[in-house]
Amino acid sequence: MMPSGNKQFIISRLSGGRRIREALALVSGRLVLILINALALLIFCGLLWKAAPLFGIISVSDWLFSSSWHPMKNQFGLFPFIVGTVSVTLLAMIIAVPVCLGAAIYLSEYAGRRFREIARWLIDILAGIPSVIYGLCGVLVIVPFVAFLGELMGSTTTGYSLLAGGLVLAVMVIPFIISISVEVLRMVPDPLRECALALGATRWETVKYVVLKKAKRGLLAAVVLGFARAFGETMAVLMVVGNVAQVPVSLFDPAYPLPALIANNYGEVMSIPLYDAALMSAALILMLVVGAFSLTAHYTLLKIGETVDS
Amino acid sequence: MAHIQIQQLRVSYGSLPVLNDINLEIPDRQIVAIIGPSGCGKTTLLKSMNRLLDLNEDVSVTGSILLDGVNIYDPAMDVTCLRKRVGFLPQRPYPLPMSIFENVAFGPRIHGLSVLSAGGGGKQAEKSLVEHYLRLAGLWDEVKDRLDEPAAKLSIGQQQRLALARVLSIEPEVILADEPTSALDPVSAKLVETQFKLLKENYTIILVTHILRQARRLADYIVFLYMGDLIEHKPAAVFFSAPDDEKTKAYISGEIS
Repeated sequence: MMPSGNKQFIISRLSGGRRIREALALVSGRLVLILINALALLIFCGLLWKAAPLFGIISVSDWLFSSSWHPMKNQFGLFPFIVGTVSVTLLAMIIAVPVCLGAAIYLSEYAGRRFREIARWLIDILAGIPSVIYGLCGVLVIVPFVAFLGELMGSTTTGYSLLAGGLVLAVMVIPFIISISVEVLRMVPDPLRECALALGATRWETVKYVVLKKAKRGLLAAVVLGFARAFGETMAVLMVVGNVAQVPVSLFDPAYPLPALIANNYGEVMSIPLYDAALMSAALILMLVVGAFSLTAHYTLLKIGETVDS
Repeated sequence: MAHIQIQQLRVSYGSLPVLNDINLEIPDRQIVAIIGPSGCGKTTLLKSMNRLLDLNEDVSVTGSILLDGVNIYDPAMDVTCLRKRVGFLPQRPYPLPMSIFENVAFGPRIHGLSVLSAGGGGKQAEKSLVEHYLRLAGLWDEVKDRLDEPAAKLSIGQQQRLALARVLSIEPEVILADEPTSALDPVSAKLVETQFKLLKENYTIILVTHILRQARRLADYIVFLYMGDLIEHKPAAVFFSAPDDEKTKAYISGEIS
């Protein structure tokens, strides 16, 4: 009597309100996830569709490698903008990466717990500052500084330049890269450090031969994620980089990165039909590059989790 | 041979006392087992002897531990030198992220050991050094053909013997071992125990274990801790046959664990 009565009881309860709520949670969760994933795909397809008319007019090599940007004459060579984006991003990374590695190693391996907590808190605040504010600081401080520097080195510059863009961008990605790097370094298990220290290694030897070796994939991922973020950053760079459609040849030359091109011009010259398509194609490049870098980084980040477990 | 004397050692983590007034003289060239219920301060006592405790930020240590008469908690003490003389074998092996060969060569390299710096044939000297310590740890025959593989590829039993070779490679005088067989299968555990018996000819080995049978098998001298107090310490034969304290009797008979 008891067992069968019990079973009856359970089945009738599960087919009640709990069961419906459970199903609802499952279905709505799935739906949201599908929508989010579909959104990425939709944006990509949308960009592709809007950019497509351009390729009826110009060849892919003209599009990527021609320097003539004359929308009025239907010439849409993106080369200056691609070079602008790549060089301002690379410059930012060259400045930021050594700083970030040093800071992350100090915070993770040397600093006391309290100092680390305070520093991470400040870094999180820095990372959350809206990019316009970085841009303003760039205009007020960095641009005059670069102008001064340029004068010293005998080149005529307004200060609105590749160098100013690189500096502002570096300052912006530094908290982001430090934050991930510290996280990665803390993933290295403490007993491993203990092993090296117990053999009489100094802290620095432990960092150099053991911790960095164990964390190198993750740190690379931090740098790549930083690169992806810098690559797509728009506002702050746009404000200080000068925005002249030419291939920059010196640090003091103005540059014109892809995001700035889109932000400055979209919706303005709608009278030229292909302009729209050209800007969409620029957006497509941005999306592909940033997406590829992010995916690579997450793939390598996952890898470090595996090696730490083994 | 380094001689260890512990005097009025007190250790606490923050406001939580872990060891209370420990006074102990470690006999040389023996296997000394520190036993006691979990949480009684065994590992803390062990790690206090080469200052691995320093890695814990909240820890405070008073009293002294004399190594050949010199207090290792003296601020002037060079911790890397201390750790070279008092080696540590951890509970789990954690191979360093490098090859089997480099794991053993790591210690000699950072300390610039005499064999390497003096002899002109550096590479050859290093090779024979690595072979020597791998043999000493009873691992050589299993790894001699794959020295350049990552150490992480070894089985955990092999990794633990690699860790032993790694400790031996810095030519310590004392070896501290923190439950060195607890993560191992019975066969590997037996191999490690056998190595210990061979090694006590030349080293003082201090071993933390929670396995009473292991202490019986291996130890020459027993140190029994209970709730941070040193209850009893004496030669193993006497300890097991004629314990003085009621807590010891209860622990040996399995009433407390």
